[in-house]
Amino acid sequence: MSTRTLISPAQLARPRGKFLYWTAFTAVTVLFTLVFIGPLYWMVISGLKSPQEFAQTPPTLIPDAVHPKNYADAWGVMDLAKLLFNTLYYAFGALAFQLVFDVAAAYSLSKLRPVFGKAILGMMLLTLMIPATVLVVPQYLTVLDVPVVERNLINSPWVIWLPSVTNAFNIFLLKRFFDSIPRELLDAAAIDGASSLRTLRSVVLPLSRPILGVVSIFAVVAVWKDFLWPMLTLPDPGKQTVNVGIYSLAASVSENWLLAALAIASLPTLIIFLIFQRNIMSGLTAGSLKG
Amino acid sequence: MSAPTLSKRKARPSAPTDSRAARPEPGAFRQALKRNLTAHAFLIGALLCFSLFSWYPMVREFILAFQKTENGETVWAGWSNLTYIFNDPAFWQAWRNTLLFTALALVLGFAVPFAIALILNEFRHGRGYLRLLVYLPVMLPPVASVLLFKYFYDPGYGLFNRILESVGLPGQAWLQDTDTAMLSVVVAATWMNMGGATLIYLAALQSIPGELYEAAELDGAGVFRRIWHVTIPQTRLILSLMLLLQIIATMQVFVEPFLLTGGAGPEGATLTVVHLIYQYAFTFNNYGSAAALGLVLLVLLAGFSAAYARLSRAGSED
Repeated sequence: MSTRTLISPAQLARPRGKFLYWTAFTAVTVLFTLVFIGPLYWMVISGLKSPQEFAQTPPTLIPDAVHPKNYADAWGVMDLAKLLFNTLYYAFGALAFQLVFDVAAAYSLSKLRPVFGKAILGMMLLTLMIPATVLVVPQYLTVLDVPVVERNLINSPWVIWLPSVTNAFNIFLLKRFFDSIPRELLDAAAIDGASSLRTLRSVVLPLSRPILGVVSIFAVVAVWKDFLWPMLTLPDPGKQTVNVGIYSLAASVSENWLLAALAIASLPTLIIFLIFQRNIMSGLTAGSLKG
Repeated sequence: MSAPTLSKRKARPSAPTDSRAARPEPGAFRQALKRNLTAHAFLIGALLCFSLFSWYPMVREFILAFQKTENGETVWAGWSNLTYIFNDPAFWQAWRNTLLFTALALVLGFAVPFAIALILNEFRHGRGYLRLLVYLPVMLPPVASVLLFKYFYDPGYGLFNRILESVGLPGQAWLQDTDTAMLSVVVAATWMNMGGATLIYLAALQSIPGELYEAAELDGAGVFRRIWHVTIPQTRLILSLMLLLQIIATMQVFVEPFLLTGGAGPEGATLTVVHLIYQYAFTFNNYGSAAALGLVLLVLLAGFSAAYARLSRAGSED
């Protein structure tokens, strides 16, 4: 906690300072609540309105009549159970692939240090320099016909899982964390006869819980929020994610159902956020530069 | 595939911790071989994925840009894809719109989070709650936030026009009007995405030593001069890194206009470069032109990426 910021504590302690501080604080709190919670509130209550009430002007802030059945209808009509299950399946599959492959790669690059290790890390980091959207077209053509194995991955979960492994940023975060684990610990494990895999499992991973948590949350949220890639690669309505499914049904269902569906689709990531907000916010600035 | 995250500035190989000086020992070669085999075994999964889904597409992007498909056969096209896109009027419109979006997003998306961070940093109460609020929209699925804004912008029953009318101002057509369409998209995009930047600025502000403000105050500097002479110089590195990131990210904007206005918008007022790439590739099946346009975007952003990499390296060596 810093002691001193832009405005001095002495100035704030004066009656005038106190008054201004509390006025500004109240104004900002009310304004922020309106700006950031307001839309969410509007989404939830619009989902509860009847179609007539939704379309009426001026809009009502508190619904005249509450129709919780809209949520059930939206759930059934848009087959949200299926869309949510698909998204969950892709998100946790991507998480599993990233945890296995990216952790192994970061461990190897940090602690086992193979020949060409630096070149490999450099090549991985190079992918961060290429604008992601530029690669969408060649990546799409690649998953249409994956070289060597000659498989078409469209509409299969692999099309989400395997590319999610190519997250150079996560590998870099993990490697930086592993770098900070003292060499002596690993040497001690080696003297006890532990293999590299055993060392990773019994020494490195237990020490890395914080960074694994951050990487996991980011991995799940990234799949949950992605739009363009799943839209291109999962055209089958039965295989779509919540984002794409709701988007493609948006024009064909009534508006109060659509808003109910949006509220349902927002719930999982909001819950993740409220539970893990501390980890998410520290992860966001993890290892970031000092200004 | 997802938009670049805010924290990509860490994209820099860390300094070597200790050098692997090979000491010639009996049996050392076999040991080194074994160690390397194990190390590469751990790498194999990630290497295969990177090869197939990152490195190969990177190479393919360059090849595609100089190829075209005629009667189902892929032939060498030389520069014709590039001349084709340069002669497409949509190309220039897309670039004008994208630059307008970037400029507007810099005014809003760069200044607003910094101002919010400055204000939040002064508060001694409720900071956790306010921080939570600012970051909340970042966690929403984009479809939810964008479709919400679509309803707010609705000229008939939309909330924004109701607010305008209640203070006696005329309602706007927002997304349907060529003059306001892009601004409307930027406002929605800023609301959705600014949480990350705000938190990063807040972290940077907290690292400023309080004595500097004290000294400035003793010298008689008012609040704005303190911001100008202390806050901004002290956060200069973060500010310039975020500026570069913001430029790189906003020039690739796709989802917001795509969902709000169907991509092109009224008379193409919100057609962006990435949407044009999307159109070439997935509407017209013209992968060559899509790749050529991607290459133009890549070349333009490479300068910003290089500046970013240099700056972040210089910053972490302090």
